Amino acid sequence: MRRRSSSPRSRCVETSSPSDTSAAVRASISVALAVSAYGISFGALAVASGLDVWQTCVLSLLMFSGGSQFALIGVLASGGAAAGPAAIAGAALLGLRNTLYSVRMAPIVGGPGWRRMLAAPFTIDESTAVATAQPTLRGQRLGFWASGIGIYVGWNLTTLLGALLGDLVGDVRQYGLDAAAAAAFLGLLWPRLRTLQPVAVAIASAAVAAVLIPTSPPGIPVLAAATVSIAVGITNVLGSRADSGARAKTS
Amino acid sequence: MTVWQTVLLGSVAVLALKVVGYLVPPSLMERPTPARVANLTTVALLAALVVTQTVERGGDLVLDARVPAVVLSGILFAFRVPFVVVIVVAALVAAGLRLLGWMN
Repeated sequence: MRRRSSSPRSRCVETSSPSDTSAAVRASISVALAVSAYGISFGALAVASGLDVWQTCVLSLLMFSGGSQFALIGVLASGGAAAGPAAIAGAALLGLRNTLYSVRMAPIVGGPGWRRMLAAPFTIDESTAVATAQPTLRGQRLGFWASGIGIYVGWNLTTLLGALLGDLVGDVRQYGLDAAAAAAFLGLLWPRLRTLQPVAVAIASAAVAAVLIPTSPPGIPVLAAATVSIAVGITNVLGSRADSGARAKTS
Repeated sequence: MTVWQTVLLGSVAVLALKVVGYLVPPSLMERPTPARVANLTTVALLAALVVTQTVERGGDLVLDARVPAVVLSGILFAFRVPFVVVIVVAALVAAGLRLLGWMN
């Protein structure tokens, strides 16, 4: 799922509300509504990619991470069931950032170990963004749970709706849903392109993928692009020390 | 590999990555290199997915109605148009071009 752009976050930071908790709840509701709307396109695209309604719903219930879900169905759409390993690898690599979010959320969630395990499924782009935008620990904790659970409920309902609709309408290309999925990936990418290093990685990865599409099996272009980021990440070309530290904290 | 196996294994892997973050000592992931690699990997995969979703069809490069739709969505994101609006516009542009019989 995507990292929210600045609007709901800045709204809740700038608000002059006397209560931190009401700001956290308001941010959570607006984020949950926006993200849930986008679950319809996931459901419809998933059935168009060859999944049945049950498989589509299991992805939203268990995987619950929009970027990974779109990546998995995207690879299956072009490679069929045989591309399963590449689809899993793509989804897992995209899910890697959730590990960073969990590290950041652990002190905010607090409490005993079972509470952290309960928090794990809800640890995604949006719940991390909403939580860390709140000024107090109470607001952060509430923002995490309210947005995480709110998005979980909404995303799963709209996934089911989209899957049922997708089953009805047939070829989703006719409705431009393939272009909508591409635009969704671009929207997830956009807020991350703030400094030179990620911009360079994005351009190089896009080029690697484009070159490999006609010559390699489905899923491989996307995985090959990941090697660009690993090389750049380890050597830290085009990145400053200060920049890398800031990124580790903010995204 | 069946679709069900892919769905279940992929889901378990992504869920496990969330759990791991609550178990590892924070000092490990907060070091600059792992954090930078994780962030840049997200960028690289999303950029590659934009490309494949825009120009790939049946294992080949195909330039069709998706291309102008995605270019327009990039312009809209640059102007901070809300996410859901951009997605809908992209779908409408591609659907409209195909309805007119252009860039199928």
